[in-house]
Amino acid sequence: MSKSLALIGRALTYLALSLAAFVSIFPFFWMVLGTTNTSADIIRGKTTPGGALVDNIIKFLNSFDIARVLFNSFLIAGLGTVLTLLVASLAGYGFEVFRSRFREKIFGGMLLMLSIPFAALMIPLFMMMASFRIINTYQAVILPGIASIFVIFYFRQATKAFPSELRDAARIDGLKEWQIFFYVYMPVMRSTYAAATIIVFMANWNSYLWPLIVLQTNEMKTLTLVVATLTAGYTPDFGVIMVGAIAATLPTLIIFFLLQRRFVEGMLGAVK
Amino acid sequence: MVAEVETSGSMQDRRRGGAASNLARSEQINGWLFIMPALVLLGIFMVYPILWSLWMSFQVGRGMNFSFGGFANIIRLTQDPVFIRALSNTLLFLAVQVPIMLMLALLFASALNDSKLWGRGFFRTAIFLPCVTSLVAYSVIFKSIFALDGIANQALLALQLIENPINWLSDPFWARVVVISAITWRWTGYNMIFYLAAMQNIDRSIYEAAKIDGVPTWARFWFITVPMLKPVILFTAVTSTIGTLQLFDEVNLLTNGGPSDATLTLSLYIYNLSFRFMPSFGYAATVSYVIVILVGVLSLIQFLIARDRRR
Repeated sequence: MSKSLALIGRALTYLALSLAAFVSIFPFFWMVLGTTNTSADIIRGKTTPGGALVDNIIKFLNSFDIARVLFNSFLIAGLGTVLTLLVASLAGYGFEVFRSRFREKIFGGMLLMLSIPFAALMIPLFMMMASFRIINTYQAVILPGIASIFVIFYFRQATKAFPSELRDAARIDGLKEWQIFFYVYMPVMRSTYAAATIIVFMANWNSYLWPLIVLQTNEMKTLTLVVATLTAGYTPDFGVIMVGAIAATLPTLIIFFLLQRRFVEGMLGAVK
Repeated sequence: MVAEVETSGSMQDRRRGGAASNLARSEQINGWLFIMPALVLLGIFMVYPILWSLWMSFQVGRGMNFSFGGFANIIRLTQDPVFIRALSNTLLFLAVQVPIMLMLALLFASALNDSKLWGRGFFRTAIFLPCVTSLVAYSVIFKSIFALDGIANQALLALQLIENPINWLSDPFWARVVVISAITWRWTGYNMIFYLAAMQNIDRSIYEAAKIDGVPTWARFWFITVPMLKPVILFTAVTSTIGTLQLFDEVNLLTNGGPSDATLTLSLYIYNLSFRFMPSFGYAATVSYVIVILVGVLSLIQFLIARDRRR
């Protein structure tokens, strides 16, 4: 009796998981399929591949200056990631290694600021960028995100695992504090940096609201903004949009499949 | 860099009092130098804006012309039907979507935590996959899936679950359903990963003992797993709350807040007030402070609940 009950439970578990897996994967399948179909066919729910792939790609490449758009996306996400990692790891290291009661209070205050919603910052930030006269520039997109409290917190947590013997040994060898950071800490903590790179790059690459506000001309647009722009309007061409959506998803998808373990570690890092 | 530690021939030096205070001073200076870039940036791009926003919420006027309005904006809030709409929509999304998503994540995680489960790696990767997509890309995909003649309606018609196609994005009720499903699709796997990681830290022998004592599966889940995961559940509840309160990308792309403001959220309303209509920055700042207060209050409540249950 209880054995057959367990069997039913087992079957239900597999059923639920299979359904969840199907629902999770289907939109990806739909996106890939959509690149081969015309917009009308996609809207009509056609489930077989069509012959519009080349046409969709050509239309996508002609919709905007895509080379420029890709350059913008990679520059903003790449430079933003490098600067965030540098500033945040310096701070995380500084908070953990050089302790003082006053700085602990600052750190506590920073954790409270974690819950400040971006919606409350975007208007003053926009006005600030306007008064600096840097609306529609790369620096306007990148600057506000560099000092990420989340990433600082992540690095501070990770620094707890950095052996203090290494630091002491480096000091005895006569290294200055900044040299210890760049020549000892950074190489030793490279897997922490790798995990952080993934999450920060993804967040920057996918960022939508702030670039939408500060980037105003077509030649400054990122891939995310281009896909959004293609969607606006009354008759969006979904075949073309699917090509754009794949282009926007591909970098993060590749990173995910290449570095799956590290990817997940990076996401979990901050709560340990 | 300044004032590094004197190390050459240092052992004797360090024993002397002067060197010790030198060391302490250098630690102080270095402590500030390492965190300074972050502090300066946070000051400029976070502390100053949030204070400016507070000041602005007491200003009235259009565009860049401001004058002090006292509580005018707060009074306007209470009389603004669009704001009330946006607020109730946001709270509705919060109350419906976050519990469903966290419950699903918890159930999937506990199913996948079974090491005897066949195809575990596949299921885990599949359910996690949605959070790799960009918000914009998946919103667009969902928009095409839920078109009037789209694949969602085709499938439901074929399964005979509905008789007529549902006008998903033009019907207030169904538009909300689509938005909630979309967010749930995107974030369930993300939360599941947190639960899975935490479950791996639970001592297996607790389950073994409970099993021997004849505790049924659901009771093991409810009385062992859930209490053990409380800190992580709290963490995911707080982050999901903050995320949902700031909901913008999906509604902007899927429905643009429509039909007739049925999916308008607070963030979208702030955006509209500032950048789509004739800018009304002061009032928009007031609305943004509503989110600040909501986030603060809800985080506090969740924190208190979690602390209370621990006793």
